[in-house]
Amino acid sequence: MSTEQHILPGPAPVLNLPPCHAEEEYEMVYHKPSTMVDTTMHYCPGCAHSLVHKLIMEVVEELGIQETTIGVAPVGCSVFAYDYMDIDMQEAAHGRACAVATGIKRLMPDKYVFTYQGDGDLAAIGIAETLHAINRGENICIVFMNNAVYGMTSGQMAPTTLPGMHTTTSPDGRDVSYYGAPIKVAELMANLPGAFYVTRQAVNSANAVRRTKKALLNAFKYQPLHKGTCLVEIIGNCPSNWKMTPVEASKFIDEEMLKTFPLGDIKIPAAQDIKMVEPTKQEV
Amino acid sequence: MAEFKLMKGNEAMAEAAILAGCDAYFGYPITPQSEVLEYLAREMPKHNRIVMQAESEVASINMVYGAAGAGFRTMTSSSSPGISLMQEGISYIAGAELPCLIVNVNRAGPGLGTIQPGQGDYFQSVKGGGHGDYKMIVLAPASVQEMADFVYLGFDLADKYRNPVLMLSDGAIGQMMEKVEFKPYTRPVVDKSTWATTGKPKSRGRNYITSLFIQPERMEVHNLKLEEKFKQIRENEVRFEEINTSDAEYLFVAYGLSARICQKAMDIAREKGINIGLLRPITLYPYPYQRLHELASQVKMMLSVELNSGQMVEDVRLGVNGKVPVEFYGRMGGMMPTPEEIVHHLETLIQYHHVN
Repeated sequence: MSTEQHILPGPAPVLNLPPCHAEEEYEMVYHKPSTMVDTTMHYCPGCAHSLVHKLIMEVVEELGIQETTIGVAPVGCSVFAYDYMDIDMQEAAHGRACAVATGIKRLMPDKYVFTYQGDGDLAAIGIAETLHAINRGENICIVFMNNAVYGMTSGQMAPTTLPGMHTTTSPDGRDVSYYGAPIKVAELMANLPGAFYVTRQAVNSANAVRRTKKALLNAFKYQPLHKGTCLVEIIGNCPSNWKMTPVEASKFIDEEMLKTFPLGDIKIPAAQDIKMVEPTKQEV
Repeated sequence: MAEFKLMKGNEAMAEAAILAGCDAYFGYPITPQSEVLEYLAREMPKHNRIVMQAESEVASINMVYGAAGAGFRTMTSSSSPGISLMQEGISYIAGAELPCLIVNVNRAGPGLGTIQPGQGDYFQSVKGGGHGDYKMIVLAPASVQEMADFVYLGFDLADKYRNPVLMLSDGAIGQMMEKVEFKPYTRPVVDKSTWATTGKPKSRGRNYITSLFIQPERMEVHNLKLEEKFKQIRENEVRFEEINTSDAEYLFVAYGLSARICQKAMDIAREKGINIGLLRPITLYPYPYQRLHELASQVKMMLSVELNSGQMVEDVRLGVNGKVPVEFYGRMGGMMPTPEEIVHHLETLIQYHHVN
C-alpha cells in the first residue's frame, strides 16, 4: 500500500512571509513530532482526536520506537488515523481492534502494539474483544477515546452517553431506565487481572494534556515488561456533535462529563513491577 | 516407499498446517471440527508456533487479520455457524488483500442445524458470503489425503494472490479416518515486505493494511484491481478430476463427499450398462465451466449430486448453457444418499429424457 492520502487536500500551503526575526534568535521549545505525517487533518475544530494523535506520536518519537510500533485504527472518526501517524498500521473492522492487535502482538511480542478506539467501537460493538484481550493480559496499549457520542455517523447515542444527554437517537435525553447507565469502561476493565495499568484522562486543558501525555508515555513504557494490558481512557471533546463551540465543549467536560467519568489512575502497577522501566532522555 | 498414517481428516489438516509452516492458528470450538483446535493446542507450542482459542469466531478471524497483516502464515477453521460469524472478517481480509487459510467443515443448516455433514454452504463459499465484490479461492477435498494436501496448496495460493483461500470440507471428510501421506513440501519464497506491518524502518514509507477507500474514484480502482486478480485466478487455477469421462454418455457432477458417493454409484450404474462418468470440481471457485461446456457436447445428460437443496447445479447449468439437460439430486439435514438411491434416480431420469 502506498502512503498516499485518502481524502485529504495534501500538505498545508507554505506561506512565503518574511520572517519577523532571524530564526537563530529563538530557542526551539515546541515542534511537531517527526513521527507525524505533515498534512492537514480532517478533524473538526476543537476535536480531541488530532491532539491525542499528536501525543501518541510524541511518545513514539521520544521513546525512539517508530520502527517497532504497529498501530490499529478503528472504525469511527479516527478511521483515518493511519493517514497521520507515520508508522505501520492496520485498519480493523468496527470493534475488532483488540482482536487484530492480539494477532499482531502474539506473532511479534517484542514490538509495540496499540489500538486507538472510540466509545462505539470499544464499548458497544467491540466490548467482547476488548474485555477478552484485557483478560488475557495482552501486552498492548489501548487508547480509548470517550466522547459520549458516535462521532462519524454524526452524533448518535453511545454506550457512554451521559444520563439525560441529548443525541440524535436519544432526542429527549438518554433515559437510563430504557437504555441503562453509561458504561464506565476504565473501572470495568480495571477489575480484570490482565489489566496492568488503567487510567482516565482528558485533553480539555493544558494541564490535562500534560497528564494524558504522561499516562500514554507510561502505558508505552510498560509494554516491554510483558505484564499485561494498559488502558488509557481519554475523555474527548466533540464540539460538532455536542452542538457547542470548542470552548463550551471544554467547559462541558469539566462541568458534566467528569461527574460520570472522574479522572485519575484506576489501577497502577506495583512499584516492584515497574522498577526496570528506564527513564527517557527527556525525563533525564 | 511412502509412509502412510491413519488419521481423521481434521487431524490430518492440523498436522499439515504445522508441516506447511503455519505460524499461527486462531479458532473457537465447534462440532464437527473441534479436533483441529485440540490437535494444534497440543502440537503447535512444541514448534514454537502460536495457537489461540479466541472468545468467538468473530475474534478469531480478526486475529487472523492482524497476524496475516503482519506477514505471517495464518489460518483458522470452523463449521457452518462459525463461518457465518466470520463473514465480516473474511470480507475485510479480501478487501485488504491478506493471505490466509480458512477451513469450513460444513455441517447441515440453516441456523444451528445439525452436526452431521452437509454442503449447504456452497453459495456462501463461492458467491461471496460477506458483503461487497470479492472472491475466495475455494478448495473442496474429497478425502483425508486431500484435507492435508490442500492445506499446502491453500497457503501457497493465498500467498500467490494475496487473497483468502477457503477449504470447504464437510463433517464426514473431517471426522472419518483414512490413510494419509504427508508429502515433502517446499514453501515458495514470497516477499511480503512491501505491505506487511512489521514496523516501519527509516528506509521505507509506512505500510498499512486497510479495506477503506472512501473516495468512490479510488474505491473503483481498488475494485478493478481485485477483479483483475480474480480474472487471473479464473484463468490459472481451475482444478477438477475426471473419472470415466472418455466414453461417458451421462455425467455425474459432484464435489467432496458427494463425489465419493457418486464414485460408487458410477460403478453400480456401469455394471448395469449405463456409461456414466464423473466430473469432480476440486476448485469450486474458480469453477470448471469450460470443461463442463466441452462435456456438454459429448454427454446426453448431467446429474449434479449435492448434500443440499441444489446449489452447485446452478453453476453446472451456467457451464452447460442449455446444451443438455442438467438435473439435480440431493439430500439435506445431515442425511446422505446411498449409491443405490442415486442410481435409481439416474435410471428414472434417463427414462424420462428418453421418452421426452
